[in-house]
Amino acid sequence: MSYWERNRLSHGYLLRKSIRKWSISIFRAVLLFGLCFLIVQPLLNKLSVSFMEERDLYDSTIISIPRHFTTANYTKVAGLIKYQTALINTLWVSLLSSLLQIISCTMIGYGFARYKFPFRNVLFACVMLTIIVPPQTIMSSLYLHFQFFDFVDFFGIFKMITGKSITQVSLIGNGVAYFMLAATGMALRSGLYIFMLRQYFRGVPKELEEAAYVDGCGKIRTFIQIMLPDARPMLTSVFLFSLVWQWTDNFYSTLFFRKITLLTDNLGSIPEKLMDVRTNTPATTAYGQMMTATGMLITIAPLLILYLFAQKGFVESLSQTGIKM
Amino acid sequence: MAENNATPEITQVVNVPKAKRRGSTMAKRNAIAGILWTLPFTIGFIAFMLVPMFETLQMAFSNVTIDIPNHSYVKEWVGLKNFDYILNADPIYKRQLLESLGNMGLQIIAVLIFSYFVAFLLNQEFKGRAFVRAVFFLPVILSSGILLNLDTNNSLLNGISTLIKESNNAASRVTGVLEDILASGNSQMSDLMQTIFDLVNSVYDIAIASGIQIIIFLSGLQTIPASMYEASKMEGCTGWESFWKITFPMTSSLIIVNVVYSIIDFCTRSDNVVMSQVKATMLQKMDYGLTSSMAWLYFACIAVIVGLVTFIISKWVYYYE
Repeated sequence: MSYWERNRLSHGYLLRKSIRKWSISIFRAVLLFGLCFLIVQPLLNKLSVSFMEERDLYDSTIISIPRHFTTANYTKVAGLIKYQTALINTLWVSLLSSLLQIISCTMIGYGFARYKFPFRNVLFACVMLTIIVPPQTIMSSLYLHFQFFDFVDFFGIFKMITGKSITQVSLIGNGVAYFMLAATGMALRSGLYIFMLRQYFRGVPKELEEAAYVDGCGKIRTFIQIMLPDARPMLTSVFLFSLVWQWTDNFYSTLFFRKITLLTDNLGSIPEKLMDVRTNTPATTAYGQMMTATGMLITIAPLLILYLFAQKGFVESLSQTGIKM
Repeated sequence: MAENNATPEITQVVNVPKAKRRGSTMAKRNAIAGILWTLPFTIGFIAFMLVPMFETLQMAFSNVTIDIPNHSYVKEWVGLKNFDYILNADPIYKRQLLESLGNMGLQIIAVLIFSYFVAFLLNQEFKGRAFVRAVFFLPVILSSGILLNLDTNNSLLNGISTLIKESNNAASRVTGVLEDILASGNSQMSDLMQTIFDLVNSVYDIAIASGIQIIIFLSGLQTIPASMYEASKMEGCTGWESFWKITFPMTSSLIIVNVVYSIIDFCTRSDNVVMSQVKATMLQKMDYGLTSSMAWLYFACIAVIVGLVTFIISKWVYYYE
């Protein structure tokens, strides 16, 4: 039976239905294409600008395709932000802090998900508090705390009361302070990771561990041999988030990593740096911003490559945690 | 054979009273394990959150001076002087605070609607869905940290994108005329229209702020059992009805999560004016008392808003099960 015959038999219902279906999917395709273009467009703009020469910026006939194609911007900006050292530093700082973060957050999340202990809910409310309190609120005290850090009076209670400290070292600048935050689940968005991992571990059936306990497996061994292998996708996703957000962060890095050159350190000051280099003619705003765009591009390039390969790790496992309140 | 079997049983019988003597039951051991597993957080929370919070609260009411020879700092209680200064003498703080809170309200409503709509679209079957999802999630990576701030301040790139927008002449002429008609005049209606047009024009800002929210809504939509829709269809439910009777209630608990996430995301972003002002005061003026009072006032506003919103929304959230 042909389509038109079926349509006639259904008194035109089939035709109406397929027209509706097609128009909906065309509408959806146009809408999604537009939105995707909107999101990707700044990236494409940066890419096109980064290959232009300065005179192309003032030519009103050029919008996005450079007439004088050049890669000089890249080499220049790489020198300005000390790309090589900054890249290596950012890489190890991000890797180390994400590693510390994931170890601490996994432990903490597992503890909250699996064991009942007194004040568990109070402590978990504290986790929520760390998510809600903006780090800027406690920044001044934290900064001073680490500036005059005291390993004997670790919590700083003695110092808070008396204003004196016993023994002290400055931990500002070399990042030790930040790694301490990461190891105790207090670093950038750690609360969120603890929350995600707790939700994940709560969803894993208890029978798995109970079977292990019955067979005489200890708590730590059960965690490492039974729970962790299954949690690999979730751990990967948290690790990726942590890595990426650490990479682009400049709040903690300006506070705690002053002595280490990171990629985000100099991005904001590229226009001022240009003035210094070209002393005879000060750089124009447009030129400075073209360089900033180029600098941003080489900063996020490693992340883009990572996202291309690990895209599933970001999106899929996040949607599998079943975040609920 | 019988003798061989008996031996392990005896050793086990011997072991049981030993464990009992130590007084450790399963529950107790679990409690100890739980405390140990979460110990890093407890230490970190007390040392790097609780103590600093109390201290900044103290600082907010005092004048802090750095005592360099003694390697420490002195807090001198001044009462409400800092708050008096930021609210009455500081030329920009109050304006920035109010503006930021107003923008937050508008943006969060927009983000919620946008992310729900996009999640609904992305939950449908079509070709290239994985790609579109990846693109919508891209801003979570590319617009995080300092990059967002640099992007919004880059007038060159902003100029290019307006140029590209305006080059779609026909479309912008039609919407432009429509905007002129609807938003001109002085009535309340046209004010509302102007707000809506402003929101639509800033759709890019909304799109890049809603990556995580889309994923959260999407995960909620995927947990709704298909049998519900089938049953409702058998009863003669239209798509519109099944959206309001099934989809919306089933995902309503995620609205709280997303509202709270959006509020927090908004106030910790690098392009947040109040927070950058706070940080600038600290690093340039080195006035820790003033910094703390500014940050605490902002946090207090945020906490009140989060509490109120959660309370109101949780009244009508529907929990399945």
